[in-house]
Amino acid sequence: MDLNEHLFRHESSRMVAALTRIFGVHNLALAEDVVQDAFCRALEVWKVRGVPENPSAWLMLTAKNRAIDIVRRERTARTFAPELGRALDAEWAIASVVDEAFAAHTIRDGQLRMMFSCCHPQLKEEVQVALVLNILCGFGAHEVASAFLAGRAAIEKRIARGKKTLAGAKRLFDLADDEFIARLSAVRRALYLLFNEGYHGASAESAVRVELCREAIRLTLLLLDYPPAATPETHALAALMCLHAARLPARVDASGDLNPLLDQDRSRWDAELTAQGLAYLDRSATGRDLTAYHVEAGIAATHAAAPSVADTDWSSIVWLYDRLMAIAGSPIVALNRAIAIGERDGPARGLEELRAIADRDRLDRYPFYPAAMGELELRRGNRDAAREHFSAALALARNPNERRFLTKRLDTCKLS
Amino acid sequence: MSEFVFLYRITEASRRDAMGTPERAQQSMQRWLAWMQQLESKGHLKDRGQPLELGGKVVRGAQKTVTDGPYAEAKDLVAGFTIIQARDVNEAVELSHGCPILDGGGSVEVRPVMKMNP
Repeated sequence: MDLNEHLFRHESSRMVAALTRIFGVHNLALAEDVVQDAFCRALEVWKVRGVPENPSAWLMLTAKNRAIDIVRRERTARTFAPELGRALDAEWAIASVVDEAFAAHTIRDGQLRMMFSCCHPQLKEEVQVALVLNILCGFGAHEVASAFLAGRAAIEKRIARGKKTLAGAKRLFDLADDEFIARLSAVRRALYLLFNEGYHGASAESAVRVELCREAIRLTLLLLDYPPAATPETHALAALMCLHAARLPARVDASGDLNPLLDQDRSRWDAELTAQGLAYLDRSATGRDLTAYHVEAGIAATHAAAPSVADTDWSSIVWLYDRLMAIAGSPIVALNRAIAIGERDGPARGLEELRAIADRDRLDRYPFYPAAMGELELRRGNRDAAREHFSAALALARNPNERRFLTKRLDTCKLS
Repeated sequence: MSEFVFLYRITEASRRDAMGTPERAQQSMQRWLAWMQQLESKGHLKDRGQPLELGGKVVRGAQKTVTDGPYAEAKDLVAGFTIIQARDVNEAVELSHGCPILDGGGSVEVRPVMKMNP
C-alpha cells in the first residue's frame, strides 16, 4: 500500500491537537514527544511488516494508547488540561475522555484552537508563521529554516520562544472568546504571509515553495470548514490563494527559472484550482466589506479570465489596484499599479507612475523596482536605459533565482 | 538457493536521526518500502520477519538473573530481522547494499542460516 505523500506531517498536527486537548497546552512538549514516539514505532513496524490498511488510524491508535498510559501513570504527579476538570480522576473515565479527544470534530476544533493560539498578538508575525508551520504543518526546524532561507539555529530559537509563550498560557484559545473576530484576522494574516512566503519566497527550491502554498491553502480550508470563521473575508483569502496557486505550474520554466506573469504559458495554469478560486471569490462577495484579500483575489481573477496578456482587462486591474492602494497601500502595491498602468496606457505612463511612487525610497533594495523600469524602457526601445536598470536590479538580487532571471533580462537588452 | 537472515542493527542516535522530522521519517519509510518491494519482486524475500522492541529482559546464567536489557551494555541493538533467499553470501551482501538503514548510521548483519542437510 502506498503512503499519502505527507501523511506523517498532516497526522502530526492532528495528533498534537488531540493530545494537547488531554494534556493541556502547558504540556505541549509532552504531546510532541508522544507524536514523535508514534512515528518512531510506525517507522520501525511498517518498514518491516508493510504499511497497514489504514495508516492514519494506526498512528492515532498508537498515540491514543500512549496517552492513556501517560495519564494513568502520571495523573497524580502532573496536571493535565484544565478544561477537563476532574474527568481524568476516575480510572474508568480515562479511556472515554481520550477517545473523545481523538474524535474527528474535536481534532478539527483542536487544530483551530492551536492555530488561533499560535497567532497570539504578543508574538511577532514571523514567530506566528514559524509556529504554524512547525505545529500545524509538521515542519521541522530544518524545513522551516529552508523555507525562510534562515539559519536553523535562529529558527529553532524562534520556535522555542513561541512555544514558551504558548505553553505559558493557561489554555488554548477558546473559539467562543470575544476576541474571536480579532484573532481570526490575525490568523488570516499569518496564513497569507505563509502563502506569500511560498509564492514569492526566497527559498530556491520550488518544491519547498509549492509546499508552503499548499499548506496555507489547507489551513485556510480548515477555517472555511468552521462556520464562524467562514466569513466573506476568509473566502476571499481562499480565493486569492487558489487563483495564485493555479499559476504555480507556469511560474518556473523548463530550466527551473522564474517566469514572470506576462511571459507565462497560460495553458499550464491549473484550471481546477482556478475554478475553485473563482467559486470562493463568488462566495466572498457578500456583506459590505471590500477587503485587501477581495481586491487581490479580484486582480488574480482578472488575470485568470484573460486568454493572453494583450486580452487582459487592464482597466479593471488598474481600478482594483487603486482600491488596494486605498485599503492597504504600500510601495509594492504602487509598483504593481504602475506596471498595470504601463500595460493600459503605454510604457511612458508606466514609467511616470513608477517615478511618482510616494515612498519610493522604501524600494531602494527591491530588485523588481529597477527591473520594472527596465521592462518599460525596453518596451519603449531605450535599450541603454533598460540595460542600466537591469544592471541595478541584478546588483540587488537576493537569491540565485532572481540573479538568473535578471541576468536573462539583461542579456535580452544586449541581444535585441 | 540458500537462506540468510538480515539482522538490522541500529544505535539510539541513528534511530533518532532516521526519525528527525515527520517528513524525514516518511522519506525514510518510503525508502524501506521500496527496498522491501524490490526484494519481494525479485523473489528474494522469504519472510518479512519482525521488528523488535529495543527494550526487554536479559536472563543470564544458572542463577537465571534477570536484568533490563539489552540496551545497558550494547552500543547497537537488533531492531528487527528479515529472511532472505540468495544464491550465496556474496549475493546476500549485494542485496543488503540497498538497505536504507545504512544511510542512517545503522548496519545490516548478514548471517547464513545453517542448513539441515549439509
